[in-house]
Amino acid sequence: MSKLITWLRQRASLQAWLLLLPSALWLFIFFIAPLFIVLVYSFLERGTYGGVVWHFTLENYRRVFDPLYLKTFWRSFYIAVLTTVFTLVLGYPLAYYIATRPQRQRGTWVLGLMIPFWTNFLVRTYAWLTLLRTHTGLINLTLMHLGWIHKPLPLFGNDTAIIIGLVYGWLPDMVLPIYATLERLDRSLLEAAMDLYASGPKVFARVIWPLSLPGVVAGSMLVFIPSLGAFVTPAILGGGKALMIGNIISNQFLAAHDWPFGSALSFVMMAVMLVATLVYFRVTSDEERRQL
Amino acid sequence: MSEQALSRALSRRSQLARLKKQVSDLLFHAYGFWGYLFLYFPIIILVVFSFNDSRSTAQWAGFTTHWYADMLKDHQIILSLWNSLFVAIVSTTVSVIIGTLAALAMERYRFWGKLMMDAVLYLPIIIPDIAMAIMLLIFFDISGIGFEPWKVNFFGAHLAVPYSVIIGHVAFNISFVAVVVRARLAQMDQVLEEAAQDLYADPWRTFWRVTFPMLLPGILGGALLAFTLSMDDFVITFFTSGAGFNTLPVRVFGMIKKGVTPKINAVSTLMLLFSLMLVAISLILSRGGEKGDSSGNPMF
Repeated sequence: MSKLITWLRQRASLQAWLLLLPSALWLFIFFIAPLFIVLVYSFLERGTYGGVVWHFTLENYRRVFDPLYLKTFWRSFYIAVLTTVFTLVLGYPLAYYIATRPQRQRGTWVLGLMIPFWTNFLVRTYAWLTLLRTHTGLINLTLMHLGWIHKPLPLFGNDTAIIIGLVYGWLPDMVLPIYATLERLDRSLLEAAMDLYASGPKVFARVIWPLSLPGVVAGSMLVFIPSLGAFVTPAILGGGKALMIGNIISNQFLAAHDWPFGSALSFVMMAVMLVATLVYFRVTSDEERRQL
Repeated sequence: MSEQALSRALSRRSQLARLKKQVSDLLFHAYGFWGYLFLYFPIIILVVFSFNDSRSTAQWAGFTTHWYADMLKDHQIILSLWNSLFVAIVSTTVSVIIGTLAALAMERYRFWGKLMMDAVLYLPIIIPDIAMAIMLLIFFDISGIGFEPWKVNFFGAHLAVPYSVIIGHVAFNISFVAVVVRARLAQMDQVLEEAAQDLYADPWRTFWRVTFPMLLPGILGGALLAFTLSMDDFVITFFTSGAGFNTLPVRVFGMIKKGVTPKINAVSTLMLLFSLMLVAISLILSRGGEKGDSSGNPMF
């Protein structure tokens, strides 16, 4: 026994793999293997009653580029980009606001940001449903009651509703990394810029913005990827009409029983995300990423 | 220019600068106020209308706790709550144990295949949940394992939880636990462990007497994160459960699809309180650790 232990101790690699064994097994069986199965499925033909026929085809990928589905892809992309832009425009000043509070208060402000974020995503989306609904939503009812509008605003069942829901859902993901870079910003650099008579906007454009860029890029990634793959938000706020790629994928599994096509759609979606991730690694250095 | 005129001009200039600063400060505070209002307004409205004495979720008609009574009488909701708790407890336990072991391997060893394991551990975090959900659905469908239920008596509630749901939850939780525990390990001082070894403590003893107590905040932080993610998950549960099994979020989604009622507001408020409780626990835990150290706290 003690010989075995000595033998083991000399082999660090083996020890490491013994520690890793349970999670490696779990992830290879229940994550990596399913990933490959989906890849294989995306090249097969659909069976008549769900399932697949083992016959190689590229048809599923050709169908992804059908105008009908391409349009949904494009729309999801555009919704994800707009969501990222809006969270950035709303979130940057908020991050700046938190970073400029007295040091002892900052923790509380960050906590204030996290509490809504900790609330179940479904619950937060539902909250917006009760606000945005066309005839029975709080916003339209209030505005009509005040006499500011006479017809309800089209706030529900369209891209606007989805973007509002996504911006609300992912805003903290944008604010936190930006806050992290702003908080670490060297104040003496700002003083130096001001001593050299740089105006406020110039200090921002030349010093603050470039130094906070790693946070901006990281935040944009954290918002863009889940927005592109959104499923719950369009399912609830899209009112069954406005759909995104996540809903088309789920339909292939829950309603259309076209698993190979659903698999191909998810692979194309993941490819777009992979490109975004590679861009992220390209524009940031190791050092910058570690700071977040 | 006389000295007086100069000082007057200067003081006017500084007054103007001060006024400018005051205005911009005011605007800035206003922005902060509106920003936080945007974050809290929908949630406040949601809670307020859970007490509304009408079926409307937007027009106030007096106070009632009727919807809460309704919720407590709904066996489906209560059952789904037990299901959620059971899945969260089991998947958290499993993922914390094997995720912590993985973190130790990744942070304390150099070994063949480390880069690959790094990628395998990060993938479940960045992959969108809809993709992971359909991957697991296909896997369970063709392997034929997983959909059979685990029949269990859980505090008097008779549950039938598909193994597939628990397997799926563990699969995404391992990575989150590993990340949190690794972060804690990375900034732990190894001096104490070396000291223990110098004093002839064997590795086993060193681990339990030195490493583990220091690592504990990280492990608890990871556990809390895993528990929350598991309680909150809708998409992966929805796709891997097969028909007839509901966790609380799956149940709520079904209710929303059928139509908006204040009863959903009541269930949402309950879930909100639950999240607040977890935040409070995590705060207490990080207070209990080293002062000013939030490393064991993945939420911040």
